Amino acid sequence: MKIKQISIFLENKKGRLYEALKALAENGINIRALSIADTSEFGILRLIVSDPEKAKEILEKNEFTVKITNVIAIAIKDKPGGLAEALKFLYDADINVEYIYAFVEKAGEKAVVVLRTENLDKTISIFEGKGIKLLNWDDVLAL
Amino acid sequence: MIWNKEAECMPEDKLKQLQLKRLKNTVLKAYERVPYYRKKFDEAGFKPKDLKTLEDIRKIPFTSKADLREVYPFGMFASPLSEIVEIHMSSGTTGKPVVAGYTRSDIGVWAEVMARCLTMAGATRDDIVQNCYGYGLFTGGFGVHYGAQKIGALVVPASAGNTRRQIEIMRDFGSTILTCTPSYALYMAEVAQEMGIDPTSLKLKAGCFGAEMWTEQMRKEIEKRFEIDALNIYGLTEIIGPGVAHECIEKGGLHIFEDHFLVEIVDPDTGEPLPDGKRGELVLTTLTREGMPMLRFKTKDISSIIKEKCPCGRTFAKIERIRGRTDDMLKVRGVMIFPYQIEKAILEVQGVEPHYQIVITRPQYLDELEVMVEMSRESFSDEVKHIENLRKKIEKRIEETVGIRVKVTLVEPKSLPRSEGKAKRVIDKRNLTE
Repeated sequence: MKIKQISIFLENKKGRLYEALKALAENGINIRALSIADTSEFGILRLIVSDPEKAKEILEKNEFTVKITNVIAIAIKDKPGGLAEALKFLYDADINVEYIYAFVEKAGEKAVVVLRTENLDKTISIFEGKGIKLLNWDDVLAL
Repeated sequence: MIWNKEAECMPEDKLKQLQLKRLKNTVLKAYERVPYYRKKFDEAGFKPKDLKTLEDIRKIPFTSKADLREVYPFGMFASPLSEIVEIHMSSGTTGKPVVAGYTRSDIGVWAEVMARCLTMAGATRDDIVQNCYGYGLFTGGFGVHYGAQKIGALVVPASAGNTRRQIEIMRDFGSTILTCTPSYALYMAEVAQEMGIDPTSLKLKAGCFGAEMWTEQMRKEIEKRFEIDALNIYGLTEIIGPGVAHECIEKGGLHIFEDHFLVEIVDPDTGEPLPDGKRGELVLTTLTREGMPMLRFKTKDISSIIKEKCPCGRTFAKIERIRGRTDDMLKVRGVMIFPYQIEKAILEVQGVEPHYQIVITRPQYLDELEVMVEMSRESFSDEVKHIENLRKKIEKRIEETVGIRVKVTLVEPKSLPRSEGKAKRVIDKRNLTE
């Protein structure tokens, strides 16, 4: 149950983030989740959007460098230790996390965590085995 | 294919005789007809009759771009203006422009040497030459034009600019030979792709690329993108324009048309002649030019002479591709660097585009060299560490090549300025006058 995420290379230049978001807004693309990895010279904007293929097309038309990557989204209880518990399983299985970001769903009961690990398939089977809820695309769209 | 076998395959002794005869004639005319040369010769204590062997050329003072500027516009002409039929001019980006005057016979020589160049690229009367060098005061457009016409090829005088139309012409007319700057060729490949035209589907078979410095890696890139032979052409306004030297299909250096131009390599600082194979400043003398004879012109181009039997059959010596300019040699932290070295290093690393810009700054007391390189779309990774690794790989490769640490910044594809003529690769922000 992999989720499609779009990643955008952002040169550290005035207005690049705004331009990317504006292009998406003008084309009716809704953003479900967002994170930015930044270094002193560039950033990578990662988005979960309603229509990743269309978003990629729009951004490329606007001269952005875009890539679609697979990630996993899990739902965890919004309480202390919720995320740590899930990560413990990966730690035990010796799987590295490449990056992670989280947000709280509208109802406020659960937190949604988006993550990419060095081995997505293995991560999925571990989470499934441990009863952690993996979100499918419909779940994501309903957020 | 060889355009003029009799000249281009001339035995060495015969060539030397011809060169000496023509040199004596040129020197005498320069002395008699150009006051500037007469004054310089007199100051150096040189008389035309002192010239007995080809080696005696070393007694003649050098001519520099500054000399030509001093006599702007027509002071170097050895023919009255009534004999001059055409004028060309250098761009004058570094100061007053240099004016070159051609007699009818000079235009004939130009057409001849350019016909030899285009023939090296495989042009025949059945070919279509798309000439994207600028027509106008710049020599590029007209030089190629005259050569192509001499061969009887069909010339498309496309000139520079309007890239999309260039590509449509290329596709619709079925152009077989392309002439332009190498950076423009790469740019055209990009635009073709954007237009949904596969550059390899075009009928092009070869290109004569010059008017700016480029590297072997760039050659490979152009050859791959268009599936053509990319050959190097060399020339300069002061001597005749394009057509001083051109690469044969062996791609192992540029044959210099020694029956019309005499080549020397000297130490740029001392002016002492350097042996064959050794790199130094290229010095050229015209042997047949009437309108503006040029004696020992210091080109500021860095090259070396290659004397070897060429499999193509031509006996003319070759010069290696231009390795730099004595004046775009960058001195960074006291180390001599040429932009081509940086370009070479960049292109050795996978995952970047052959577009870059070098920025030199001096934030405190130390020079900083920053190289901005365009990442290719394909190599963009969603992970910071992959991009960082790519960046560090380029930094390391450049450091190994030029010997100093540089900072590499990866920028978005197509974000660096493109030029339709000579690419602006170096921006020096140091204020060294204060």
